[in-house]
Formats: sequence, C-alpha cells, structure tokens
Amino acid sequence: MDCKEGQRLIDGYVDGELDLVRNLGIEDHLHGCAVCSGSYQERRALRDGIRAHGVYFTAPADLRTRVQRSLRQAAGTTPARRRMPWQWIRVVAPLAAAAVVALILVPPVRGPSPESILTQEVVANHIRSLMVNHLADVPSSDEHTVKPWFNGKLDFSPPVKDLVNQGFPLIGGRLDYLNNRPVAALVYQRAKHVINVFVWPSNKNARSEAAPVTRQGYHVFHWEQAGITYWAVSDLEEGQFEKFVQLLKGQSPTTS
Amino acid sequence: MGEKDKLEHFEQAILPHLDAAYNLARWLTRNEHDAQDMVQEAYMRAFKFFDGFHGADARAWLLTIVRNTCYTWLDQNRARDMTTPFDEEIHTTEDNALNPSAMALKSSDMEMLKQSLEQLPAEFREVIVLRDLEEFSYKQIADVIDIPLGTVMSRLARARERLKRILCARLKEKP
Repeated sequence: MDCKEGQRLIDGYVDGELDLVRNLGIEDHLHGCAVCSGSYQERRALRDGIRAHGVYFTAPADLRTRVQRSLRQAAGTTPARRRMPWQWIRVVAPLAAAAVVALILVPPVRGPSPESILTQEVVANHIRSLMVNHLADVPSSDEHTVKPWFNGKLDFSPPVKDLVNQGFPLIGGRLDYLNNRPVAALVYQRAKHVINVFVWPSNKNARSEAAPVTRQGYHVFHWEQAGITYWAVSDLEEGQFEKFVQLLKGQSPTTS
Repeated sequence: MGEKDKLEHFEQAILPHLDAAYNLARWLTRNEHDAQDMVQEAYMRAFKFFDGFHGADARAWLLTIVRNTCYTWLDQNRARDMTTPFDEEIHTTEDNALNPSAMALKSSDMEMLKQSLEQLPAEFREVIVLRDLEEFSYKQIADVIDIPLGTVMSRLARARERLKRILCARLKEKP
C-alpha cells in the first residue's frame, strides 16, 4: 500500500470501518511510514478530543414534556377540560389499567440489558479477532480437524460444519472468552468478509431466535438450537449473512 | 392501530432518542431555541409518518427526519451559513503550511472545539456529529444524510481535515 492509498483509508481505519484486508494493509503501511503514521495520530487526537470534551448537547429537561404534550394533542388523547365531576373516573380508570399493564409488561429500563451487553461483547470480540491478526488457533477448512481440536480445551464439543459448497468456507477455529466462559469461535469467510460464530452450551433445549441487530456496522444474529447458543457476527451484507445463518441452522435458505 | 396505541408505541420507540435529536438539531441550527423548535417539529412529523416506520433503527430514522427539518429551516431562515457555501471540491484543497502535531491538537479546549465545529459548513458538521458524537456506522450515516456509502469516508476525511485546520489557526492565535 502506498501513501496515497494510506491517506485515503486513514479515516476508515480510525473508525474501524475497513474490511480485514485493507485493515491489515494499512496497519502494515503505518508501521513503515512516519508521515501517514503522523496523520493517523492526529486523527486519533482529534476524535478523542471531540469525544472527551463533552460537546454533546443533551436535551433541556422541559423539552420532553413539551414534545409529549404536542404529541398527545396530535393524537387527540388530551381530555377535554370541563367534565362532569363523576366523569373523571372514565378517564382515570383506563389510565390506571394501562399503568398496571405497563408495569407488568415493560421491564424497568435501567442500563443496558444483559442481552445488549453480550451483543456488545460479541462485536468487540469479532473486531479484536480482526485487529490482532489472530483469527484462528487452528487454521483449517476441514471440519474433522477443527472439531477435534477443541477436545480437552472446552467442556463441550462444538458443532462444526463446513459450508464451502454453499460459498462460505470454514477457515478455522479458536478459543475465545464470552459471557464469563470459554467458548468456541468458528471462523468462516465470504469473499473478503470474515464471519465469527461463537458457540457454547445453552441450558435451553428449545429452539429460539432473536431478531438480528446491527452494532457499529456489524450484523449480529443470535439463536439457540439443540442445547447450543449461537452468536454470529460479521460485516457481510445482511441478506447473504442471513442465508449463511440459515445454512448453519440446517435449513435450506429461502431464495431471495 | 388506534391513535392512543400508536402514541404509546411511538413514545416507547422514539422518545428515548430525544437527546440524539436535540444534539443534532443544536449542532445544525447552532442555537438552543431553534434547536428545541426543530425537535418539536421533527417529532410531530415522525409521529405522522410513524406508520411507515418498520425498521429496527429508530434512532437513525428519527435523525433523518430531524435533519430534514433542520435543513428546511436553514434554507428558509438565512443563507445556509455564515460560513462559505458547501462545495466538496473547494473544501478539499490541501494546505501544507498547517501541519500540527497530535500533541498540539490535544491542547485545544472545549470552547475552542465547539467554536471550530460551528464554523464548519453544515454538511461537514453533521458527519462529524453523527460519527464522533452519535457513534453511527458509515452505513447509518449514509442512510441519514442520503449519500452513497462510499462517499461517507471521504466526506468525513474532508470534514476532519478542515476542522483540524480551523483548530490549528485558533491554537496559533491563542496567547
């Protein structure tokens, strides 16, 4: 990679938005080039400054009330001002009922949910695996090499499936740590996109799945199947990624 | 869905992003009072079009509306900015005379940073706000400001380059 290309990619690198190949390329270039490495330091300093200086404006306290009030008006749910004295019950009773229902249905939102923290952890592990050039402890496309490699390293045997014929070659496996336990990471690739699939035993046997989410540009799929928890993460385009997930689940993908 | 259910659903999904909406509006209008009006108006529009919202990314959806509301306001109320009109090419020229060290940038303070950011054209200001304050991915930014994904990185690069130069000029003036 030359300086022109390096300069062009610096922002993508600082923002963690480059694919694996270009990420490795620019890291390599920054090692050997003082000019580009200086620009990189500058960018980092600028970004850190913006984040650290607290130039985020939070909404004034009464704005929320003001917005809510106009919304209620728009929705036509503001009660008329003068009512017969006994009529207030007609307004209050459903509200009270709604409040009770809300208390039951809506979990208190205080801080991120465990699920959301785990999602963040999954994305962080994925990014780290790309950064430190440590994708696989056992680089192999053979499921019969990868699966036995985990013997003695984990207290379960991860399901390993090669999907090379479907266009998602297995490129290896490694040990990772998530949700306070060692887990198996299975690494797949599609073109230049890396897919990390983290698996560990689940205490649920029933099949369940969560809606895919996107964090920092990475898509995350999560499901449980046959007593195993799966978390798959990649920057792969969502449609293709979903196809991969379906293949992994052992379903033939719905044609899109 | 009745209006009341719609309102309840809307408040749960969209109201939590009030700070993000205000932050973007505040940076685009550069004053507190108009920012509040923009947020209020954007929420009303969002409520009106809420039936058309099916996506998972409520924050990006809301900020798209906030942004459009602010730009309409900017167009109507004054020449877009006191700054030079936005031109991707003009704002690209390199000035090698200003080549600060990372250390110098670190010594800028909050006030200086705020003023420098406000000096940027709105099109540059918004990408920095969305990326560095809202921590949006390039994909989300592309969706909100409606430019191709491939343009986001170069727009950000130019915005940051220009911000850096403004900051450096201010650092030099500082006694």
